[in-house]
Amino acid sequence: MPHYEPWSEERARTVIEEFSHLEGPLMPMLHAVQETFGHVPDAIVPMLAEKLNVSRAEVHGVVTFYHDFRHEPAGRHVLKICRAEACQAAGGDALTAHAEHKLGCKLGETTADGRVTVEPIYCLGLCATAPSAMLDGKIVARLNERRLDALILEAQS
Amino acid sequence: MTLRIYVPKDACAIACGADEVVEAIQAAALARRQPVEIIRNGSRGMLWLEPLVEVVTPEGRIGYGPVGAEDVESLFAAGFQEGGAHALRIGKPEEHPFMAKQTRLTFARCGIIDPASYSDYRAHGGYKGLERALALGPVEIIEEVKKSGLRGRGGAGFPTAIKWKTVADAKADRKYIVCNADEGDSGTFADRMIMEGDPFELIEGMTIAGIAVGATKGYVYTRSEYPHAIWAMEKAIAAARAHGMLGVNIAGSQYSFDMEVRMGAGAYVCGEETALLDSLEGKRGTVRAKPPLPAHKGLFQKPTVINNVLSLTAVPHILADGGEFYANFGMGRSRGTMPIQIAGNIKYGGLFETAFGIPLGELINDIGGGTATGKPVKAAQVGGPLGAYVPTWQFDLPFDYEAFAAKDALIGHGGIVVFDEDADMKKMARFAMEFCSVESCGKCTPCRIGSTRGVELMDRIIAGERVEANLATLTDLCQTMKLGSLCALGGFTPYPVLSAMTHFPEEFGAPRRLEAAE
Repeated sequence: MPHYEPWSEERARTVIEEFSHLEGPLMPMLHAVQETFGHVPDAIVPMLAEKLNVSRAEVHGVVTFYHDFRHEPAGRHVLKICRAEACQAAGGDALTAHAEHKLGCKLGETTADGRVTVEPIYCLGLCATAPSAMLDGKIVARLNERRLDALILEAQS
Repeated sequence: MTLRIYVPKDACAIACGADEVVEAIQAAALARRQPVEIIRNGSRGMLWLEPLVEVVTPEGRIGYGPVGAEDVESLFAAGFQEGGAHALRIGKPEEHPFMAKQTRLTFARCGIIDPASYSDYRAHGGYKGLERALALGPVEIIEEVKKSGLRGRGGAGFPTAIKWKTVADAKADRKYIVCNADEGDSGTFADRMIMEGDPFELIEGMTIAGIAVGATKGYVYTRSEYPHAIWAMEKAIAAARAHGMLGVNIAGSQYSFDMEVRMGAGAYVCGEETALLDSLEGKRGTVRAKPPLPAHKGLFQKPTVINNVLSLTAVPHILADGGEFYANFGMGRSRGTMPIQIAGNIKYGGLFETAFGIPLGELINDIGGGTATGKPVKAAQVGGPLGAYVPTWQFDLPFDYEAFAAKDALIGHGGIVVFDEDADMKKMARFAMEFCSVESCGKCTPCRIGSTRGVELMDRIIAGERVEANLATLTDLCQTMKLGSLCALGGFTPYPVLSAMTHFPEEFGAPRRLEAAE
């Protein structure tokens, strides 16, 4: 299970400083912020804007453009189910419905107990062994109901 | 004697349980006091056999697959250490019909070598292309690429040598090589496989490109969905640097070139080259209007070569063996080989590198063995989410840029997604529009608004509302998107929609037209 730190301005400053020598450092900085705190907090926006000498609106625009960056922390575990064509061709739709039913929440939502966030993902590049999913960075292919149930159980534990 | 076993570290193999197989082999070997060395290779590309475990025997490497952790005990019991008989034994992987039918240039080493080993890469012909490139110099390198007829493997099929020449001729204090490894198309995984299975090849290709055009810095822009590829690339880049093959005065020459990997953040449109450049610069991944071309004003407004992984990994071979050798393969204006990816509902899915010209049906039915479900094939989507649905009666189409274009289809990045008879073409058409609406960068109206209207129209058609009128509006909308969009996302989304409508009109509630049935 991923372990995130509570927000700290001081810590955030060290995290972004590490990338300040790069050309075009904003994306690596945002990834590092999310990796540290589990999401991209609003408080980082003015810090990045000042650091990179751009407007807050520009930083906000970047944060909100990319699907990966979270505005709010996710559940304790994140289950991403591939919704792209190759997985659809191999029965991905039924598996998605099964996961939604089991977890009691729709794609893009978090279970009421905050344990599992279930999200769509568009292609993990495992298209010849579809359908596939990813649980907290662990990839699983040749998914069927049995394997999906095992993943859900792991996520709920 | 130490037993040497190969277990792929390819993401596909890992997703099918390769790491657990490694643990099981180590445990079983320990219990037998059998010293064992496990090498984590890339994948051979026979993905239905993953995890494909290979044992080194005096006769060569003997493959077993697909191996689960639960099979390991029985493999030891059957004497797989000496290549013993077992239900999972496939013999020598390179003699398997799926492999024997291929022409492997780009993927020649993939699955054979240890991708993390610089010396392994060298021992298998690596850096021969760079050595020759250093001897030839920039002008002749581009001449060699021109002779090869290499066209951009990302989908657009633009001649690589022309792009390189433009950047080489541009005057600037700094130039860049950008590798587009943002392989977001469903059904494609060749970029991922080569980055995980033979990362030095990409490094070598980018270094040669750098020397050819006078660029000193390279970026590999890849996806956050590809953590294993990022890890493999970074490890190889560090090793290349340690061996003096990246950095100042590469291989003791006058040329300097260094590179790094950058990760996207889940935006499909960043696979479009100008959106990718904006993303690299730390901006929203918004498509740029052309001109100026990236070759003149690309990354940070400097002249930039932006090529796909498969274009850049073809380059070491072109230099090592000569452009003419490469051009000998293929048909028409599509020269060389194409790593084709067979995926979706398919029995023998995997990576099949072959010369251009092979018929689509041969790839799906003969090589791929038809569907995994055993039901009849209905259609194949070729070229990712923006590619057309090709019906079975067009399966004689040869894999060639122009032949596909003539049928309103595209080969794109070479991915084939197979669907069986249960596929609902209306749903797939709606999905194409929905995907475009979610992933549109928002810069141009036909893509941003058109895709949303397209979803609404499809919803009405699916609900059976005024079908004929709505189909007419949808066709009209598709024309607008095709002609009016700034990039391929809006411009090509009509391909899957219109092809589904044209080939399967009865599913849309329209009468089957005569020309569709021919």
